[in-house]
Amino acid sequence: MVNTVQVAAKSDSFYRCFSRKEENQLTTHYCPGCGHGIIHKLVASVIDQLKVQDRTIFLSPVGCSVFAYYYFDTGNIQCSHGRAPAVATGVKRALEDAVVISYQGDGDLASIGMTEIIHAANRGELFTVIFINNATYGMTGGQMAPTTPLGEKSVTSPTGRSFDNDGMPLKMAELIATLEAPVFVQRCSVTTTKEILSTKRAIRKALENQINRVGFSFIEILSPCPTNWKMDPLTSRRHVNEVLTKTFPLKNFKDIQRGAKASKGEKISGQELMDFVAVSPLKSRPAPAIKEHKIIIAGFGGQGILFASKLLATCALIENYQVTYLPSYGPEMRGGEARVDLTISGGTIGSPLIEECDYLLALNQTALNAFKQRVKRGGKVFRNSSLAPHESDLDEIALPATELAQEHQVPKGANIVLVSALLKESKLFTLQTLKEALEIVLEGKEGLTGNLKLAGKAFEYIN
Amino acid sequence: MPKRVVTGNEALILGALMADCTHFFGYPITPASEVAEAAAHYFPASGRTFLQAESELSAINMLYGASSCGARAMTASSGPGIALMGEGLSYLAGARLPAVIVDIQRAGPGLGNIWPEQSDYNMVVKGGGHGNYSNIVLTPASVQEMYDFTKKAFDLAQKYRMNVFILADGYLGQMMEALEIDSSPEINKRQEWALYGDKASRDHLITSIYMSVEKQSDHNKLLQAVYREVEEKEVDWQEYNTEQSSILMIAYGITSRICRSAIEQLKARGTEVGLLRLKSAFPFPKKRLKELSASHKRLIVVEMSSGQMADDVVLATGNLAVEKFLTYGGKIPTVAELITYVEGGPQW
Repeated sequence: MVNTVQVAAKSDSFYRCFSRKEENQLTTHYCPGCGHGIIHKLVASVIDQLKVQDRTIFLSPVGCSVFAYYYFDTGNIQCSHGRAPAVATGVKRALEDAVVISYQGDGDLASIGMTEIIHAANRGELFTVIFINNATYGMTGGQMAPTTPLGEKSVTSPTGRSFDNDGMPLKMAELIATLEAPVFVQRCSVTTTKEILSTKRAIRKALENQINRVGFSFIEILSPCPTNWKMDPLTSRRHVNEVLTKTFPLKNFKDIQRGAKASKGEKISGQELMDFVAVSPLKSRPAPAIKEHKIIIAGFGGQGILFASKLLATCALIENYQVTYLPSYGPEMRGGEARVDLTISGGTIGSPLIEECDYLLALNQTALNAFKQRVKRGGKVFRNSSLAPHESDLDEIALPATELAQEHQVPKGANIVLVSALLKESKLFTLQTLKEALEIVLEGKEGLTGNLKLAGKAFEYIN
Repeated sequence: MPKRVVTGNEALILGALMADCTHFFGYPITPASEVAEAAAHYFPASGRTFLQAESELSAINMLYGASSCGARAMTASSGPGIALMGEGLSYLAGARLPAVIVDIQRAGPGLGNIWPEQSDYNMVVKGGGHGNYSNIVLTPASVQEMYDFTKKAFDLAQKYRMNVFILADGYLGQMMEALEIDSSPEINKRQEWALYGDKASRDHLITSIYMSVEKQSDHNKLLQAVYREVEEKEVDWQEYNTEQSSILMIAYGITSRICRSAIEQLKARGTEVGLLRLKSAFPFPKKRLKELSASHKRLIVVEMSSGQMADDVVLATGNLAVEKFLTYGGKIPTVAELITYVEGGPQW
């Protein structure tokens, strides 16, 4: 029996035995001389020191560390290539007290996942990113990475990375540090004892920043990849120290203190949620059996087309009719034209699209010209008397809507006048129902009194 | 019972609130932007999370993260955005995470336009991403159903641990109708498989990678077993006038309503036409369609696509004479066109 002395105990945050890898496994899947093993140890040891093992959720990327969940005895999520910062955002927004670590390689973070890392950093998300830069795609077999230095050969840059073809190596720590939101950005390495200790301090600082809700921290770690660099472990360490650090200098780029970010408010649920979403309940009456009324309301945006339509829809609701309201949307609206197809019925409404209408409310000339052909025989057009009369034999009601509205100090009330005229003429709804609808639609908004008065006057105006 | 007039897009978010959805991640796109806008209005003010993601890819991955932690989470987009989410949808399915995704369809391919089409059917109903997996797909046809189906979607997503889609279109999203909000908001429960950042859930792992051929095969078999159970238990449809008809229309969403209007007018003109309206596209009402196929002379699929759903009708019925009334590019079939088509006799 050989006497052994244990000089460094395995962290509690590591599994005793790596059974997720295979039964009774005690070694990792990393190659000899690879930096991942050392970095895993540093992360696990800091999790232990901060006593956050239960709270930690470790996100593994796509790359050699895809299997980090074999080793970390913490909550684990495996993410798709490059998206870990988005996943971490979702995790942290769901569990504010979790300690979230996004562990990513250079292909993952700096190439395919550039969007996700920049935006997460820029939002100052309260998680920690450990970025392993070994200047190569390890798992797929040594292809050129976004961080491969100029001149370095790889299987996809067989004559060496050239600026002309491949551009420059990306310096992620420098890039992240230019953003205002991150609080701590440092580049370290794990190829000398001194640097290993400094890296551990940086990881601790980054996790403390997260736990104290100070902000987003980013640690870039230069890490050797002897296998793909085709070097022995010792030479690969020298390569980091002597070559890689020329492109990627080791330094702290940012270390600032800030007040803690605010927590989310208390979640409302149950009756309180009902009160939050509910408007005053509309009373329920038996639905009268009426035929379907199809109404097109059209004019310029800003003439209150949507408002007039919503008012009619609300009248229908008060009287317990079925109603469909189909607005024009998208660029059509930005072009200045607004239109709503409104169907009111005592029974189930099939198509909400109106091919032929019973009533047309035309608030401008374009609308009148565009939709007059859609009015059925026996239907009616309601329009401002200032518009040019049309030449068909259609029944129409023209009234000085704008003038009437202005006279009653509701300068934009032409829509209310036309709606009132429609209701009076069609006997679809009473003035009382219109007033109820106005109170609902304008609840908490200005102009209710003026509009109520105007509706009354307009009803009187039509005999 | 509160009742109000709202758009389909807002109804989705009201349904989500009542289902105790706490996280919405989205990216703007016409005609689905109002879903995100409604979430931005209701979610933060009620202690929930709304986040405008940097892309649809990020949105679906944020959903992956929140869902990993047992939260009820959702996103909404339109065709081009859903296509971008394909990768994430596959990962969600592989990791067996519940997710609710809304597709307010617009016309394609490419940038297409913003008017309604039903051309995302294959992408959504057949999966959308890589690998063997299925999504539950609910197909509302009214504002009330936008609300009801969203509530149901969260329950189904957790029950089966899979993606549930609300497959709607531009008109259903933009349209307003009366909505009745039921008065029993749900409370989300702790999920036995999820991560909560505590001792009890520390050994949980969310992943979709199984390096051993045997384990990956078993995982696939498990997923398929879940999908078969869903097919058995969750298929949903509605019939109208199918007892006396000899002609059957098959449609879903907005087109099913146009069919209904046409059927009423055809009835008045002496032609009896029935309607089978899908309420779920996966699972697909295969058995019922086969029965109806036997009792009807003509089967007419009315669809705003190249016949993507019609292919499923052919598959279910074995009837190669299925007629297709198809429109593209945001063109909606009109009642008059449908009547003319039906009265004109079979054309194939």
